[in-house]
Amino acid sequence: MRRALWTLAVLLSHWRRHPMQLATLVIGLVSATALWSGVQALNQQARISYDRAAAVFGGARTATLVGRSGATFPQELFVKLRRAGWPVSPVLEGRVQIEGRLYRLLGIEPVTLPVEVGNAPTIGRNDLQAFMTPPGRTLVAAETLADLGLAEGATPDISGGAALPPLVAQPQLVPDVLVVDIGVAQRLLHEEDQVSRLLIGKTNGPRAALESVAGDALRLLEPDAETDLERLTDSFHLNLTAFGLLSFLVGLFIVNSAIGLAFEQRLPMLRTLRACGISARLLNAVLVGELVSLALLAGLIGLVCGYFIAGALLPDVAASLRGLYGAEVPGELTLRGEWWIAGLLISVVGALAAAGTSLAKAIRLPLLATAQPKAWQQAQRRWLILQSLGALAIFAVAGWLLWFGTSLVAGFGVLAALLLGAALVLPALLELVLSLGQHASRRPLTEWFWADSRQQLSGLSLALMALLLALSVNVGVATMVETFSRTFLAWLDGRLAADVYVAAANDAQTAEIKTWLQARPDVDAVMQGGRAEVQIDGLPVEVLGLPDHATYRDHWPLLQADADGWAKLSEGQTCFISEQFSRRMNLGLGDRIELPASGGAWPLAVTGIYADYGNPKGQIAVNANALFGHFRELPRTRLALRVAPGRIPALITALSEKFGLDGRNLLDQATVKAESTRIFNRTFAVTAALNAFTLGVAGIALLTSLLTLANSRLPQLAPLWAIGVTRQRIAAIELTKTLSVALITALFALPLGLAVAWCLIAIVNVKAFGWRLPFHVFPFELLKLVAVAMGASLLASLLPVARLARMQPASLVKVFANER
Amino acid sequence: MNASVITRRHFGLGALTSLGLGVTRAGAQGFAGLSDSAQGFAHVMPGKVFSFPADHGPHPDFRIEWWYVTANLSGPDGIAYGMQWTLFRQAMAPGGEREGWANQQVWMAHAAVTGAEFHRTSQTFARGGIGQAGVETQPFRAWIDSWQMRGLDGMNAQTVAPLELTASARDFSYALHLDASTPLVLQGDGGYIRKSNGEQATYYYSQPFFTVRGRIGVDDKPVDVTGQAWLDREWSSQLLAPDQTGWDWFALHFKSGEKLMLYRLRQRDGSPYLSGNWISPDGRGRQIAPSDIELTPRGSVEIERHTLPVRWHLAIPSLALAIDCVPLNPRAWMGTSIPYWEGPISFHGSHEGVGYLELTGY
Repeated sequence: MRRALWTLAVLLSHWRRHPMQLATLVIGLVSATALWSGVQALNQQARISYDRAAAVFGGARTATLVGRSGATFPQELFVKLRRAGWPVSPVLEGRVQIEGRLYRLLGIEPVTLPVEVGNAPTIGRNDLQAFMTPPGRTLVAAETLADLGLAEGATPDISGGAALPPLVAQPQLVPDVLVVDIGVAQRLLHEEDQVSRLLIGKTNGPRAALESVAGDALRLLEPDAETDLERLTDSFHLNLTAFGLLSFLVGLFIVNSAIGLAFEQRLPMLRTLRACGISARLLNAVLVGELVSLALLAGLIGLVCGYFIAGALLPDVAASLRGLYGAEVPGELTLRGEWWIAGLLISVVGALAAAGTSLAKAIRLPLLATAQPKAWQQAQRRWLILQSLGALAIFAVAGWLLWFGTSLVAGFGVLAALLLGAALVLPALLELVLSLGQHASRRPLTEWFWADSRQQLSGLSLALMALLLALSVNVGVATMVETFSRTFLAWLDGRLAADVYVAAANDAQTAEIKTWLQARPDVDAVMQGGRAEVQIDGLPVEVLGLPDHATYRDHWPLLQADADGWAKLSEGQTCFISEQFSRRMNLGLGDRIELPASGGAWPLAVTGIYADYGNPKGQIAVNANALFGHFRELPRTRLALRVAPGRIPALITALSEKFGLDGRNLLDQATVKAESTRIFNRTFAVTAALNAFTLGVAGIALLTSLLTLANSRLPQLAPLWAIGVTRQRIAAIELTKTLSVALITALFALPLGLAVAWCLIAIVNVKAFGWRLPFHVFPFELLKLVAVAMGASLLASLLPVARLARMQPASLVKVFANER
Repeated sequence: MNASVITRRHFGLGALTSLGLGVTRAGAQGFAGLSDSAQGFAHVMPGKVFSFPADHGPHPDFRIEWWYVTANLSGPDGIAYGMQWTLFRQAMAPGGEREGWANQQVWMAHAAVTGAEFHRTSQTFARGGIGQAGVETQPFRAWIDSWQMRGLDGMNAQTVAPLELTASARDFSYALHLDASTPLVLQGDGGYIRKSNGEQATYYYSQPFFTVRGRIGVDDKPVDVTGQAWLDREWSSQLLAPDQTGWDWFALHFKSGEKLMLYRLRQRDGSPYLSGNWISPDGRGRQIAPSDIELTPRGSVEIERHTLPVRWHLAIPSLALAIDCVPLNPRAWMGTSIPYWEGPISFHGSHEGVGYLELTGY
């Protein structure tokens, strides 16, 4: 043990003498862990929120009973079902407006609320009585309280004049939801003795058949393992995860470079220790122990940094998710124990992986071999060739995966192989460019410039690889984000073309609403749509009936279509299909499908394919009138409205008050869309920040490599000085060299980055979600990135170059005296 | 005369109060907050004239109330079982009953079936005012969800018989027919019982003379059973004195036809408080002097870190009674909102018979 401690002390002394190397190592590990765990924390936070949201809405996670027509139903049915053994709990949902803002009002019954859904809202036992007895309580998220600018205990009026019970903040609640006792909700929403749905608890005693109790008034909705929200946001989180992973890789490159250098420099020390009688086994154990301790320490720092990164990004992520999908993520970070353990683990595993080759070399260290310090920085032609061959092999794997791979994992495999191969092939590529330059040059100093750059290459290659990866990931993600945002906005425009959507309870109410709406001057258009569900080849397919209206013609997100697609659609013999459906059924323009309509088979020609991002079901769009013709039993209860700008909240309030519509059958899409658009620009503030982080990390890698190289390169530079080149000139040449290799790397990163973007868009997305985004290149973004990369390189090389320019001539003379 | 009479029934309210429906100082005072002030509610006064069937129904002016049935049963092969059916009412606020969801009554029920090798329990809750739970007198029925105690055709209000009793849960169920011909027993002083030297008191009557036949089901295996049952009805606004921590309650059916209700109330100062009522087969009660009761624990079990004295020796010299009580299932633990022990027992010695034991506050 004592011996091990002494060995460790000797090994650690190296770091004391090379604090910069230690800093590099720690920075590499810290940045790798921080970015990775930061992204994980964000994802975890979002998922917790989805669970919470799912539980609050009592929809997807809990089996529910809803009215057959989608409208509210008498609470008498609740009592009947309880008395028949059903462990149900009533919920009444509606919308209320406070100072012009719409909120979702949830009336719950806490005494029967199943424990499985009861974690949100958790009502403290002591508070239960206060919640149920007058004046009651309104549970809200702290965010909602802040939005309203009110303190706990306030009793704001809702539109219509009634006052809410006193507000009480509930940490587990999602924003924009007001939770009150069901009795209070019935009064506020003017829905006496009515409920929207019944949550079914899991206690399964004997219960009577549903039909024998409720006739056909109620419909059972089984719980979903995954909510719609999760399906929609999967893509967002996948991209975040990919980003975290890539940042992690970049960090590991730094670690690898630092450890490689340290091990090479410590080889003589290791040999001396062995010669002093330390067994290889002990030495290796101590080396690994040293590395693991460093990794744990750095991992811990990284986790703390990751926490702050996540904390700083969370408001943006929350804003993005809310804007994009209406998913509410509270702006408060809660982390689980697993997160800390996983973060430390990944730091240790990463460090061990990055140090793998160095450790292997140290383990096989021959006792009496001559010391070869700095061997790593000598140009190794053979090594370059081997490395390039390795890169080619990895590219081959990427190609094979691309061709034969069908899964999402394969998509990620392609991505990883592409990046790894590119990183490995980079030194050879640089070598090629530099030797071309050398052959082309005539003057001695120029030729030396090229030759010395080549000689320096192996020392810088790891840092340059990190830069390459960081840049290409930046290019890739920037491209993807830009593409994603454009496409998504266009799609939102198309799919949410109308401003307000109304689902009435029945045809009579629809007619009533229509008449009422047409009399209002603020309603520009009332369009009748429809929706049916069919099975085609055993797959559930939605059939949408589109009104023949300019709103749809101008905005529907068609990917491909016949020139007269809309004209033909109104004749009722053709259809548009969603991209997912087209891929799944292998259908293209001009193909024919037969729709199993309730009025008999309905042959349709495909005249268009449209984007339907995020929908797991196949979809077919037909003319609404034709749809009603073939599905005669369909309720004609779906209305889409165009409303004068600024009049939407008033109309929604009026509609819900006049016709008793709630959040499920009255949707204000204009607000959702406006919010999305506003937030979309901030959405990828997250990715922009992550981009900056990775680029910064790559800059640090470059800086540390240059610093460690600076000293060892004196023997190459001293002769130049001796033959009369000034120190300033030498420094300028050094700077030019670094910048030129950085430029070559950056230029190489552009196509690689585009390839990464293409992989994300065309492979990963398609494999994961069945839809593909159109691929756009944004030249200005690319130029900007090259400039940023050059700036980072310049910053990184400034310090070593400035040192060189001001170096004491004595230091340079010492080279010849062999007294360094 | 006993200054303070307490029955096992009090604890049940603990579950309600623990839900936060009533008092929230559980543990700070007495057991499960049963000693809270009754401000705004009606007071229990001596001299009440009971009137049936009206008093079988709820008394919403009082804070708490219950309908409580236990039964000692046996199968065709002589195997013993126990059954519990309890319905509690608690008012969250005083004042006249409000309509709909604004109604201030909250209902809770426990059901259990016990055998030597199993003990199945279930609980449920409901709010008043909407019909999910309640008690009506004409015709008599007490219900919560699908659990029900219902007067059968020709029910006699003076004997509260015949009755049908049903409950079902995930892993057990029962449907029992209860009959009795002996009139109701008014406990204490004509149905008025003081619980302490202070103002704590309850109205309390029982029907300990039910004979039972019916069927219980455990894991869907039905067993036809017969036996005897005991109904307790009690209501009050304030039950316990602040220094009372829990109790050991016995309801015994003697083979010779007598019934015995007996309990030991544990108080903070360590002094046990004993009380008993010896009921002859014709329904007449006789109060037993506390000094005449010797109650000694003879063995305990540990369940979820609660040490419970489930075996007892009971001696009442004036009745020449000396018996040992043993539980049918020592692990008859009610893991409900407020946990307690309640299960069937049998006793031997100078007298023989069966009964129910309840242990709270351990």
